[in-house]
Amino acid sequence: MGEPHNTGTGGTAPLLLMRDIRKGFPGVQALDGVSLSVRAGTVHALMGENGAGKSTLMKVLSGVHPAGTHTGEILVGGEPAAFTGVADSERAGIAIIHQELALVPHLSVSENMFLGNERSHRGVIDWGSTHAQARALLERVGLDENPATPVAQLSVGAQQLVEIAKALAKSVRVLILDEPTSALNEAESARLLDLLTELRGQGVACILISHKLGEVMQVSDEVTVLRDGRTVETLPVERDADGVPSVAEDRIIRGMVGRDLDQRYPDRAGTVGEVRFEVRDWTVDHPVQAGRRMVDGASLTVRRGEVVGLAGLMGAGRTELAMSVFGRSYGRHVRGTLHKDGREADTSTAARAIAAGLAYVPEDRKGLGLVLDDDVRHNTSLAALGRISTRGVLDPGREAVETGETTRDMRLRSHGPTQVVRTLSGGNQQKVVLGKWMFTRPDLLILDEPTRGIDVGAKYEIHLIVRRLAEAGACVLLISSELPEVLGMSDRIYTMCEGRITGEVPGEAADQETLMRLMTATGGAA
Amino acid sequence: MNSTDPGPSPRFRLPGALGALMRVNARQYGMVIALVAIVVLFEILTGGLLLTPLNITNLIMQNSYVLILAIGMMMVIITGHIDLSVGSVVAFTGAVSAVMLTSWGLPTPVVVPLALLLGALIGAWQGFWIAYVRVPAFIVTLAGMLVFRGATMAVLGGESIAPLPESLRTMASGFLPGPEVLGLHLPTLALGAAGAAALVWIQWRQRSRARRHGLPMSSTAAAVAVSAAYTAVIMVFAHVLAGYNGLPLVGLMLIALIAGYAFLMRSTTTGRRVYAVGGSEQAAALSGIATQRTTFWVFVNMGALSALAGLVFTARLNSATPGAGTMFELDAIAAAFIGGASAGGGVGTIVGAVIGALVMGVLNNGMSLIGLGVDWQQLIKGLVLLLAVAFDVHNKRRAQSAGSVAPTRSRNRRWGRGRSPGGPGT
Repeated sequence: MGEPHNTGTGGTAPLLLMRDIRKGFPGVQALDGVSLSVRAGTVHALMGENGAGKSTLMKVLSGVHPAGTHTGEILVGGEPAAFTGVADSERAGIAIIHQELALVPHLSVSENMFLGNERSHRGVIDWGSTHAQARALLERVGLDENPATPVAQLSVGAQQLVEIAKALAKSVRVLILDEPTSALNEAESARLLDLLTELRGQGVACILISHKLGEVMQVSDEVTVLRDGRTVETLPVERDADGVPSVAEDRIIRGMVGRDLDQRYPDRAGTVGEVRFEVRDWTVDHPVQAGRRMVDGASLTVRRGEVVGLAGLMGAGRTELAMSVFGRSYGRHVRGTLHKDGREADTSTAARAIAAGLAYVPEDRKGLGLVLDDDVRHNTSLAALGRISTRGVLDPGREAVETGETTRDMRLRSHGPTQVVRTLSGGNQQKVVLGKWMFTRPDLLILDEPTRGIDVGAKYEIHLIVRRLAEAGACVLLISSELPEVLGMSDRIYTMCEGRITGEVPGEAADQETLMRLMTATGGAA
Repeated sequence: MNSTDPGPSPRFRLPGALGALMRVNARQYGMVIALVAIVVLFEILTGGLLLTPLNITNLIMQNSYVLILAIGMMMVIITGHIDLSVGSVVAFTGAVSAVMLTSWGLPTPVVVPLALLLGALIGAWQGFWIAYVRVPAFIVTLAGMLVFRGATMAVLGGESIAPLPESLRTMASGFLPGPEVLGLHLPTLALGAAGAAALVWIQWRQRSRARRHGLPMSSTAAAVAVSAAYTAVIMVFAHVLAGYNGLPLVGLMLIALIAGYAFLMRSTTTGRRVYAVGGSEQAAALSGIATQRTTFWVFVNMGALSALAGLVFTARLNSATPGAGTMFELDAIAAAFIGGASAGGGVGTIVGAVIGALVMGVLNNGMSLIGLGVDWQQLIKGLVLLLAVAFDVHNKRRAQSAGSVAPTRSRNRRWGRGRSPGGPGT
């Protein structure tokens, strides 16, 4: 079933070559000299921690970040390419399938497949050929569905296959899949990986971005490891006669995590006391997709004065666990209890969770943490209005003075308490969110990626605040996918993968490789 | 609420406290200036007819129901919703009140609370669908617009009910009782003086509190100037009204409503929650605010205020008609937006709604006085609404792009799950 492509497998010139790609955003150098070489008829895995630059690199390749906004050289089939947009890269045979699917839910499978690429004659759609071609493409991806079915009625796994079929309709040469299995169950994942192997046989080059070492080992021919916007190395995945891969997994993990630990973290002082909070057997399903388990029987404890790290890669279920514990703010709660000082605590609404002494600093600070068009003072007091009011009437003086103390403690840099938070920098916005939760005087502070996208100075200040809070006897649960941060801050560390707690390591005994192994431990075996 | 300070250095201060005040409240002052400009314009165009005691009394009475509706509408829009049904609810509650007064022979003191309760129940009905079932407010209240218009016709049997008892009519056309001296109505002057004194007292109490907490405040001279200005405006207004029949009862009710709702929205936890729900429903929910209950009660409140407007309107007309209140919703919505509401929610003040309603009212009244036809009136009001909001959108965008360190992309505001697009990272 080989497609008539001039490049075969093995040893020939690469179909795609990216050399010394650099791309900066305000405040961050996302790509700092990345090179990537992909041959036709292979599956090439791209691995790296969150923020290593994988998605940015793929956005450069697919023209989402158009030519001119980055530097470096891109060759497709030996020809230099400068894509001005997605349509341009698609013409060159490059298709990207994003984590969030880009299908129109109420249009049919075939309408989606040929969206912007309609089989038409002078603007009138030729339904006969549309459906015929759609059926052929669905067969090629192994999806047994009526092309007239609205996409919304398909499972996420089937939708992913439609996306791939859509790419094939544009005679794709390089197919990029960004975390394709993160939303799929096991059977769907296996089917997708099989399809990748088939497409490889048809001469398509697949770039697979994945956090799951197991599936990467299973299907890929080569692995390129990125770290901090640079290429670490490209390793071939050799298979013996039985197809068992022999590449050193350890080497990939070391490449991913070999980030320097040069950043300073505040010293640990103070003593860890008795267990104050305990989560038992917490289990949560997806809010819409019935039966899709997001958190599966997670149990953990936090002691007085302790910073507990919760490490996991994107999609591991950390945010889902935290938001669900905090007032059932995510998903469908299946079972599990929270105990405070040995007694079961009611956290079934956010208000009750706050009353039980919980505070949650969300990952999405702009969407979930702040009222962006309101000012610093009002945002700070929002979760504890009772503290600054008497019988429902606010005391503006008390509000000004007490929120002022909090923002000073946070070392917030702003024009004043009436500055609208939308106009603050990311680091200062995060300090407002942190201040808002400190203002509730919490017993358990849950921090979800508290320093993502924040400059180094503000980062250190936030770490210092967290440390001081723990020393004062509070409990802290620190969610982070940045391993140095977890290691530098935590007294004890849990790892999560695919909704399960996969390990518990004392802070001083842990190292990056141990954690990364536990964080990628698909299938439960550590 | 608005950032009008795109970013001089933190040490920067405009000279004088008035300057600082202007900087913070430029939007509100802008509206006041616009209102004053419109008043001056029509005062000139009508050759001084606009500001006669009789016409000011008329202005208050003609616009009372829109003002009442604008207060409720402002709160609805602050929570990020809209209410298209208020005109029909005005008609329906008015019709039911008229039936209760005439056919059932109930006395006015019984009918008024019953009508308000009916309005609140209608609000609860719509609030239930909007807050708990999450049907968009646009749909629910569009349905309400049809349902309650139909119900009005059914109740009235397609005919008007008139006349209505004297006791109800005083509500809309009565004046504050009391003696006159030298052609001036004494209680009105006294009330004006008391109102001015209250405003001055509130202002100085705020200053003394600020001093006690060591907060920054304006200079004494500036505060005296502001107090004097308030007093002067109120006393001139009271004097003008006292020259005719005194303060209309509706005016007294409006003052109480405006003061009460302004206090609710500014100085209570309830008000703060309404702003937070409109500003970011998700952030509010995660802050422990019962967002659905808040939305529900905002609609209950809107229903009750619609009923009040219905009573006033019916009383003023001295009849309940099937076509009453048509287009009132649009006047109220326009008033709220001219008065500084934001279509996205989370922004707006009660005083803003009042100023917005007055802008519309003075435009209506002034254009009628100079003999412009309804055709031109509608056209001009439409353009004023469009320009006011466009001006605001433009200002906001400028403030934002100048103020933020790194310009942010527009995001899904409401319940957009997931990470923000376009950033670095995998």
